Amino acid sequence: MLKIRNLTVAVHGTQILNGLSLEVPAGEVHAIMGPNGAGKSTLSYALAGRPNYEVLGGTATLNGEDILSMEPEIRAAYGLFLSFQYPLEIPGVPTLTFLRTALNEQRKTRGEEEVSAPAFMRMAREAAKRLQISDEMLKRPLNVGFSGGEKKRMEIFQMELLAPKFMILDETDSGLDIDALRVVSDGVNHMRAPDRAMLVITHYQRLLDYIKPDKVHVLVAGRIAESGGADLALELEKNGYDKYEVAA
Amino acid sequence: MAIDKNTISAVAELEKYKYGFVTDIAADEAPKGLDESTVRFISAKKNEPEWMLEWRLAAFARWKTMDEPKWAMVKYPEIDFQDIIYYSAPKERPQIDSLDEVDPKILETYKKLGIPIREQEVLLGVKGSAKIAVDAVFDSVSVATTFRKELSEAGVIFCSISEAIQEYPDLVRQYLGTVVPPSDNFYATLNCAVFSDGTFVYIPKGVKCPMELSTYFRINAANTGQFERTLIIADEGSYVSYLEGCTAPMRDENQLHAAVVELVTLDDAEIRYSTVQNWYPGDENGIGGIYNFVTKRGDCRGKRSKISWTQVETGSAVTWKYPSCILRGDESIGEFYSIAVTNNHQQADTGTKMIHLGKNTSSRVIAKGISAGQSNSTYRGKVSAHKNATEARNFTQCDSLLIGDKCGAHTIPYIENACMSAVFEHEATTTKLGEDQLFYCRQRGLSEESATALLVNGFVREVMQKLPMEFAVEAQKLVAISLEGSVG
Repeated sequence: MLKIRNLTVAVHGTQILNGLSLEVPAGEVHAIMGPNGAGKSTLSYALAGRPNYEVLGGTATLNGEDILSMEPEIRAAYGLFLSFQYPLEIPGVPTLTFLRTALNEQRKTRGEEEVSAPAFMRMAREAAKRLQISDEMLKRPLNVGFSGGEKKRMEIFQMELLAPKFMILDETDSGLDIDALRVVSDGVNHMRAPDRAMLVITHYQRLLDYIKPDKVHVLVAGRIAESGGADLALELEKNGYDKYEVAA
Repeated sequence: MAIDKNTISAVAELEKYKYGFVTDIAADEAPKGLDESTVRFISAKKNEPEWMLEWRLAAFARWKTMDEPKWAMVKYPEIDFQDIIYYSAPKERPQIDSLDEVDPKILETYKKLGIPIREQEVLLGVKGSAKIAVDAVFDSVSVATTFRKELSEAGVIFCSISEAIQEYPDLVRQYLGTVVPPSDNFYATLNCAVFSDGTFVYIPKGVKCPMELSTYFRINAANTGQFERTLIIADEGSYVSYLEGCTAPMRDENQLHAAVVELVTLDDAEIRYSTVQNWYPGDENGIGGIYNFVTKRGDCRGKRSKISWTQVETGSAVTWKYPSCILRGDESIGEFYSIAVTNNHQQADTGTKMIHLGKNTSSRVIAKGISAGQSNSTYRGKVSAHKNATEARNFTQCDSLLIGDKCGAHTIPYIENACMSAVFEHEATTTKLGEDQLFYCRQRGLSEESATALLVNGFVREVMQKLPMEFAVEAQKLVAISLEGSVG
């Protein structure tokens, strides 16, 4: 599914990722943990194609296709989704209008038929119910005046409707209370499928109690310092990143 | 056969409608330049009564003593008022052989607005499209004549101002120049002296105009020239919604436009006036383009009357325009909703004046400015309350959106309050169309172009909703097109 080889990325001239390699096969969920400034968000932005994130070397492919050469919107149409750590507000654009426009533009790029308004509404209602999003919230401009937790739920809602192949969740747990965490995790787990894969970036082991990873990677100083099973997260929670930082 | 017969009678009807243009003076055009004889020439061309000529001459005498205003935040080369032709009879536009001769950029815009090739040819005056033109004219004539019938049954007068001067002189004399007096300002005074044509509307007492009136349905509206004059009167308890302009960019050889619009509402009457303005803005280097110096004012003369201005301004090189309301009648209401888009080297200095004179008057101003390229956009607004305007209320909100880092947005509010119990509120924001927002949209699969359109339409949504439905859809597309290529 996703293969990253020796990825080196600079942001405004400062090199952040230093030859990072990572592989996430279809059907799996991988977690990335690491100290502040290790390059976790840089990895997610570089994969999504944010401007000013300059790829200096290495490759990244999704199902064998080189995604780094694609425009951000083409990557999205190709099935890459990033749940933002800080989702942006889109004033004046109702949530459903935004999403239907985005979905149909993705489908157009892929050469698929547009989704009709009634079919879209059915999909939206179903997903909204699962994520406990009210009709009133769907009518409001996207993310405007939403609380931190509501914004995160809205990210997962968007993810469900856009039905991507590869998902990156960038600190989706930050700012969530325990109930919201459960709702969001249920939404994420609902998306798990044999032909999909996920990269979950988090500071805390807590999220991984709800979203069980197949593998955990430790990201330190711009590269993967160690990889292991789900227990690695528990160990990190206990001992911190000290030993990796010394090594780096 | 029946259709042919209809066509013939419709065209005959059309000829009849061109009242005021049929004259026995041989020359089609006034000589270049402006002096008293030019004013006399125009008046004679239109067979105007003596009082009208006197009115024009008085305005001209006044104009000669006035100076061009310089306070607006716009720059343009000096206008040589002796280098302008002040009158030319409505005539066929110069024809072209095919659409291949038209600037491809204009065609591209037409395509994006969804105007069919057939209509494009008519709009741009392609040779051989005459038959098509007749069809098109036939379409609109039949629509127009049906409408005219319905309107006259309701007692509504909707005609050219030239026609009104001949047919309804008492109404014209009673109201013309009473909202924008001939001495008002340099350009308005010039307009009084040389106005070529325009629109006249009268809605009788208690009548809700049965349809939205649009210049589109006025056959000779296409060529009213650069000095247009509009007068709309809503008598007691009446209502009318009037649409002006066109989203399709029109070729126009006139560089200076100085129109005057006067609205009058009597007791309990309401006028909604919507404008979409898309005149040639000049090229991307700021060469050419229309100078649009317009005076628009409404007088809420009667109690509980209401005037609402809505405008979408995307065209012209220089815009200087302040649709205003005089809230004279007690409990009258004034509204101003505006979207002004400037790109490349365009300059706009626009806003409104809400003059509260009566008791319990209220006004609401929502102005959205979008600047891109190296353009400059200024909101200039005045809200004032006379000492008798007890309990007057105003709410003003000015939002500016900047795209790129070479453009400018300015907000200049003037507030004059002579009344203790009046309450005025003013809110202003300036935001930059964020790269972060754009990236967020693109991550969801929207191209840069559609993301910009979506964000911009979100920004102006509140005002768009004030436009009549069919106008709003076109205007939304127009705003997006005006800003194309301005991001990134």
